[in-house]
Amino acid sequence: MLALLSVTLMTLDHRSDYVRHVRAGIAVIVYPLQYLVSVPANFLDWTEDTLASRESLQDQNADLRRENQALRSQLHKLTFIEAENRHLRELLQSSKRIGERVLIAELLSVDLDPYRRQVVINKGEQDDLLYRGQPLVDAYGVMGKLVHVNPFSSTAMLITDPNHALPVQVNRNGLRAVAVGTGSEGLLELQHLPNNADIEVGDLLVTSGLGCVFPAGYPAARVLEVDTNPSLPFARVTAEPLANLDRSREVLLVWPSTENLPGGTNPCSFAVEETP
Amino acid sequence: MNLTHHHGGWLIVFTFVLALALSIIPLPHILELLRPEWMALVLIYWCMAVPSRVGVTIGWLVGLLQDVSRDALLGQYALAFALVAFLTLHLHQRLRVFPIWQQALSVGVLIMLECLVVLWIKGLTGQSPGFWKIMLPAVTSLLFWPLIYLLLRHVRRTYNVS
Repeated sequence: MLALLSVTLMTLDHRSDYVRHVRAGIAVIVYPLQYLVSVPANFLDWTEDTLASRESLQDQNADLRRENQALRSQLHKLTFIEAENRHLRELLQSSKRIGERVLIAELLSVDLDPYRRQVVINKGEQDDLLYRGQPLVDAYGVMGKLVHVNPFSSTAMLITDPNHALPVQVNRNGLRAVAVGTGSEGLLELQHLPNNADIEVGDLLVTSGLGCVFPAGYPAARVLEVDTNPSLPFARVTAEPLANLDRSREVLLVWPSTENLPGGTNPCSFAVEETP
Repeated sequence: MNLTHHHGGWLIVFTFVLALALSIIPLPHILELLRPEWMALVLIYWCMAVPSRVGVTIGWLVGLLQDVSRDALLGQYALAFALVAFLTLHLHQRLRVFPIWQQALSVGVLIMLECLVVLWIKGLTGQSPGFWKIMLPAVTSLLFWPLIYLLLRHVRRTYNVS
């Protein structure tokens, strides 16, 4: 009887969204434990911060100040360019690009299935309007997307998970590709690129915004190796994610703006409810 | 009598909570692949020691917890753990009189079955990590069984769980 129930549950979980609430309910029970387990790791981080020597803090402070100066000057330039861009787009009667809303979340240090690349974050339905498929980025690039949103925590699939595919384009020339996770740390694979594709080692890959999950233009990965073997139908291209997938403690949740497209119609509006 | 009955119940719950904590505690990647199936080990012990209280239903519920904590397909570990509990209930009288190394071997086989069920389900949903890799927890669980057994037996005798 229980076996039958398990099989039904698995089928429902795999094919549809009905058992989401069951999972969310159990996740509420598990959350305190996950929180407790991640306390020692957080405590270590905290002691490291508190016990840091004065010199190292001063060094860090100076570094950050310098970086802040540099970023600030770049930001001024960027504001100007953004205004110009908006103006030009208005002239072209094209759609406006609107900034995205973000929320900072913290990772809980707990392990999940060792054969998949997933993380748990400490934000859930209670905190904000999180949704399934919501993109997750850190300061350096795209990290992944949410797969399960529970009341107090959520699970995200990283871009290196073998079940994850990320639509990207080469920043240099706009060549589109799909970056699929390999399951091993820090390695993506670009699939179905012809042998004569214009792609080189060191090319920056940014999200293309196709697929309606990730907003366009976020840096995703850098090409690590291009192997064009004429006897194979496609080139073997591997890339390395730019985000600190295994080191980041804080991540940003992004709400992609939905008003980027002309005429007010948004072909991506379906994605918010349905994308797994 | 009724009082000790209740007392024991909380102790069983506590050991399961501890096992769940052990199975989500962060480890380096290499050790992560070798992590014993703590939940299954504790489940097997209680099924063997107090078969009247811990059985297939408890196993199924515990498996469901494991599913959510590992973010697996809901029901995957539940099915595997229910199977393990069922087999242990069938074998508990024989397991009790085995010497400890023989017990460990049987437990290894049970955990291997559990891993196999999980592997099948993963294979069906298209995310198979490979046979030998997924059998590693069975081997480490086998090695950890004597420890778990002696510890839980001590706990059971001290607090008179029955």
